[in-house]
Amino acid sequence: MESLVISKENFPELINTIIKSYRLFAPTEEKGFSGFNIIKDYLEMDLSYLNSRMPPKAILFNQTETLFLMEPGAKGSIKSKAISNEKSAIFAIRPCDAKGFRIIDPVFLGDVIDPLYKANRDNSVLIGLSCNQPDSSCFCTSFGDSPASGKYVDILFTDIEENYLVEVMTEKGKNFVNNFGRFFTPAPPKEIEAKNAKEKEAIKLIKRNLKVEGIEEKMDKMFNHPIWEEYAKKCIGCGTCTYLCPTCHCFDVVDESTLDKGARVRTWDACMFPEYTMHTSGHNPRPARMHRLRNRFYHKYSYFPKNSDVIACTGCGRCIRYCPVNIDIIELMNRVSEMEL
Amino acid sequence: MTENPYQPSLATIEKIKVEVTGERAIKTFKLVFQDKEIQEKFNFVPGQCVMISLLGKGESMFAISSSPTEKDYLEVSVMKHGKNTSALHETEEGDTVGVRGPYGNHFDVEGWKNKNIVFIGGGIGMAPLRSVVNYTINAQKRNQYGNLDIIYGARTSNDLCFKDEFTELQKRDDVNVHLSIDVVEEGWEHFVGFVPSNLLKVKPPTKDTIAITCGPPIMIKFVIQNLLELGFKDEQIFTTLEMRMKCGVGICGRCNIGNLYVCKDGPVFSNAQLKNLEGDM
Repeated sequence: MESLVISKENFPELINTIIKSYRLFAPTEEKGFSGFNIIKDYLEMDLSYLNSRMPPKAILFNQTETLFLMEPGAKGSIKSKAISNEKSAIFAIRPCDAKGFRIIDPVFLGDVIDPLYKANRDNSVLIGLSCNQPDSSCFCTSFGDSPASGKYVDILFTDIEENYLVEVMTEKGKNFVNNFGRFFTPAPPKEIEAKNAKEKEAIKLIKRNLKVEGIEEKMDKMFNHPIWEEYAKKCIGCGTCTYLCPTCHCFDVVDESTLDKGARVRTWDACMFPEYTMHTSGHNPRPARMHRLRNRFYHKYSYFPKNSDVIACTGCGRCIRYCPVNIDIIELMNRVSEMEL
Repeated sequence: MTENPYQPSLATIEKIKVEVTGERAIKTFKLVFQDKEIQEKFNFVPGQCVMISLLGKGESMFAISSSPTEKDYLEVSVMKHGKNTSALHETEEGDTVGVRGPYGNHFDVEGWKNKNIVFIGGGIGMAPLRSVVNYTINAQKRNQYGNLDIIYGARTSNDLCFKDEFTELQKRDDVNVHLSIDVVEEGWEHFVGFVPSNLLKVKPPTKDTIAITCGPPIMIKFVIQNLLELGFKDEQIFTTLEMRMKCGVGICGRCNIGNLYVCKDGPVFSNAQLKNLEGDM
C-alpha cells in the first residue's frame, strides 16, 4: 500500500482530468438529497454530503437493466445484448457502500457469473472518501469496520484539512493513480498521522453498536419468536429499506414488448412485497407482513452468514434514516442478541 | 463474450399433446432446440427443471416431464393457470419458445439402483415423477430397479394426466399402476378417494423402497404422514418443491426456504432434509 497526498488546490484539476478519460460518478446535490451521478465538471460535485440517499450499488447493479433483446412472439428470435466495457470511476464512495459490493460479489460472481454485474465491477475503480462526520444512524464499527477503512476500495481519499491523504489499496488503484501521477506526492508521516487522528475522531462519533456476536446462533432458535410479529405491526411494507440497502440484490425479470420489438428486463424487486413470492396457484409462502419482515432480517443476519460467511449489513444506516415508521435495525437486532431463550 | 445465464436458447415446439381439457387444462409440449449442438449437449437427470418462455410474455420454471433416455427432445407438461402458462397453451406446433437450464438438483436415480420405487402423484404433480417413471421403465434400465408402483390420482377422471400412457403401463406386468379420483364417477373401476388414502390401501412394502411424491402441498403433507405410518423412514421419502422463480440460478433471491434456494439447492428434498428445514414454504 502506498500513501500519497494531493493538495485541495490541485484537487479540482485532478477531477476534471479524470473526467476526460473516465465516466466519473460522484455525489451531487439531488432534490435536497445526495445522489451519485455522472459529472462533467468538478463544480457539479457536492462533497458536503453524509452519504447518498440511493446507494452507489445502483451504478454496478442497475435498477433497470436489459438482459437481451428480442423479436417477440411465437415465431420470435433473440438478439444478445452487447455488454459495455466503458471505464468508470466512482469517486467519494463511502467505505460502507464499498463493502456492500464485497458482500454481494459472491451472489453475482459465484457459481454462476452475472455478466452485467461482472463487466461493471471489472471496469470500475472504487475511490473511497473517508467519513469524517458519521451520523447518529451509522454503525459500520459494529462489524469491525471503520468510517475511514480502505479495505473495500481501490483508492481511499481522506480529507485532512489542506490536503487529501490518498491511500492506494489495490493493483487496480495503483494503475489508476499512475495515470494521474503528476497530481500526487508521497505522503509525509505527519499527513498519515493526520489521517489516523481523523479516523479516531470519526470512530468516536459513532455512538451506536449492533451486537453481532453470536447473533446467527440466536436466530437459529428464534424463527417462531413473537418479536417478528411485533415489528411487522409497525411495518407498512413500502420496501424503502430494501431499495436503499447496499446489500439487497433481489430482482424481478419481466418481458417488455411492443408488436415487433422487445426485451427481457430485470428490475430491482423487494422481499417486502407480497407479489414477490406469490405462486401462480395463489399460494404464497410469505403471505403476511410478518413473514416478509422476518425473511429480510434472516436473510441479512442468518442466511447470508450461512451461505457466504458474512453478515449482509454494512452499518450504512439508510434503513434507519429513511424508514417511514422508524423501524430501527440496531434496536431490533440488539433485542435478538440479548434475548434470553 | 461472457455467457449470459439469463438468455435462453431457442427451441421449436415439435408436438403438443392435450392431456387434460377444460378449466384445469394440461398440455405436454415436446421441445427440440433449434441449434443441433445445443440439443446434443443438453443433459439432465430426472427431477431437474427448465425455464421456458414465450418471447414477449415472460418466463416460468417447469419440471422436465420426459426422461433423459429420450435424447432428441425434452418435454414439459403445463397446466394453464397464469399469464405465461395461458400464453403457452395458445401456441401451435412449429412455434418457438426460449429454453434455458437444466436447473437444480435431481432424483438420485443412479443411487436408487436395485431398489423398489413407489411414485405418489397428484394432478399436475405427476409431471416430474413421469420423468423418473419413463427413465426406470426404459428397456435398458428396467432390470436395474425392483418393483415399480405408481399411485396416481386427480380430482376427476378428466383431470388425470398422461392417461394413455398409464393405460399402456397397466398392460405391463413389471409396473403396477394404482389410479384414483376424488369423487365417484360412473364407469370408474379404480379407487375413489384422495391419493393419501389410496397409498394406505396399496400399502407398498418399505424394505429397500424409495417413495417419491409430488402434488398439491396438502396432498404431499398427508402422503408423507401416511408413508411414515406405513413404516417408511425420512431418508426413504423424497419430494420436489415449487416456488416462484425468476433467475433460476440462485441470484434473484425469491425462492428461498431458509438459507436454501429451491432453484439450485432443490427442488428435490428428502423428508430428512425437510424436517430440519425451517423456512417459509
